[in-house]
Amino acid sequence: MNLFDIPFLVDNFLALCRGIPLTLQLTVLSVSSGAVLAMLLAGLRLSGNRVLDGLARGYIFVFRGTPLLVQLYIIYYGLSQFPELRRSFAWPFLREPYWCASLALCLNTAAYSAEIIRGGVIAVPLGQIEAAKAYGMGRLTLLRRIIAPQALRLMLPAYSNELILVVKSTALASTITMMEVTGIAAKLISASYRPVEIFICAGAIYLLLNFSITRLLRFFEHRLSRDQRPHVVATGEQA
Amino acid sequence: MGAYFDLMGFADGGWGVDMLRATAVTLAVALAGFGLGSLFGMLSAAASLSQIPSLRHLADGYTTVLRGVPDLLVIYLFYFGGSAVITQLGHLFGAQGFVSAPVFLTGAMAIGVVSGAYQAEVFRGAVLALSRGEIEAAKAYGMGAFLRFRRIILPQAARFAIPGLGNVWQLVLKESALISVVGLVELMRQAQIGAGSTRKPFTFFLTAGVLYLVISLVSGAAFRAAEARAMRGIRRAS
Repeated sequence: MNLFDIPFLVDNFLALCRGIPLTLQLTVLSVSSGAVLAMLLAGLRLSGNRVLDGLARGYIFVFRGTPLLVQLYIIYYGLSQFPELRRSFAWPFLREPYWCASLALCLNTAAYSAEIIRGGVIAVPLGQIEAAKAYGMGRLTLLRRIIAPQALRLMLPAYSNELILVVKSTALASTITMMEVTGIAAKLISASYRPVEIFICAGAIYLLLNFSITRLLRFFEHRLSRDQRPHVVATGEQA
Repeated sequence: MGAYFDLMGFADGGWGVDMLRATAVTLAVALAGFGLGSLFGMLSAAASLSQIPSLRHLADGYTTVLRGVPDLLVIYLFYFGGSAVITQLGHLFGAQGFVSAPVFLTGAMAIGVVSGAYQAEVFRGAVLALSRGEIEAAKAYGMGAFLRFRRIILPQAARFAIPGLGNVWQLVLKESALISVVGLVELMRQAQIGAGSTRKPFTFFLTAGVLYLVISLVSGAAFRAAEARAMRGIRRAS
């Protein structure tokens, strides 16, 4: 085993890069649909209605308490147990590993994100909400002007952790035949029996992806917290 | 419902015994991995809190890489890497072909290395939560580094670490399902075997899911009890 076999490393790195589009597609698809579901769940959690709250709690408990692999296998392998489903309109989707992986990731990340969103919303100072109500703001305006912008900023650090988890979780799609970065890595390893080199290449790709995502979100957070930073007062003096 | 209990029951032709045995394997591999992870985590936390810059960078690199790379990839690395080493050794002694690495050990190592990176952060946070004054007082008393660690740092840091360790344990438990890809017959793999031979995948994976939930519930309660016990002498504003 020679770690400095540069041509081998380059070849494998390029081969692994062909998996990046699929990894990103799975991430974007599941994160965006998961965010919608998470908002819904967070809404139920905060609704003040005990039945709705309990429903959302149960969903979050189940999806956070079981391995993602179980969820993925139930959707991909398990659902075929029901002949009614196999005849239904949804089957063309549920037959495809791509949609099964996206669905499992979406349902899973929604459970985690819902709690992050809820945390952000309840962290908005109560006084501001009372003040907005005193101004006569309706519920929608209150949400749009006061709660949403602040909750978004407060939840971003936790949400960026969740995004990294999703990027890492897309690797599980390789267990249902998807050829994303980890799927290609497994294929290359069993073809060449040089796991260390291929791990280095694939690991570098994931670290790069995660690094870019955290940077992007940090930039976003910086933009959103403009009012929190000390003002730069123009004094007119030349430095 | 009756059909379900026939399938998962303990009578002849039921899968109950196999599923429970596999649950025990899941627990064993998760515990072994968690224990190894505690060891790696403590070493890494000690390195990241040390005065020596190169040790700090090493620990930083370890936690960054292992927390940023999919667990599945780490499992493949250990399985195929271990197999490559063992196959090489086998050839030295005249064995032919591919010799696979022992899967339990592979799984425990992979979980250990990954969870070690998470536990390192937990331990580091716990040590940093100690009041500096106590450590200074211990130094002023003339305690050596080891005695200081054993008498002052460890008992208090362990207390602060419990909630974080509880989170890592839940992670480890779920991660152990991934070991099924290299063929260890733990809960997930057993469910696959059952699903394959009875053509009832939904039933088997759902049962596996419920068993994971039960373990997670019970161990969650255990961690909360441990936390309550460890914190009984601490006054907290709440």
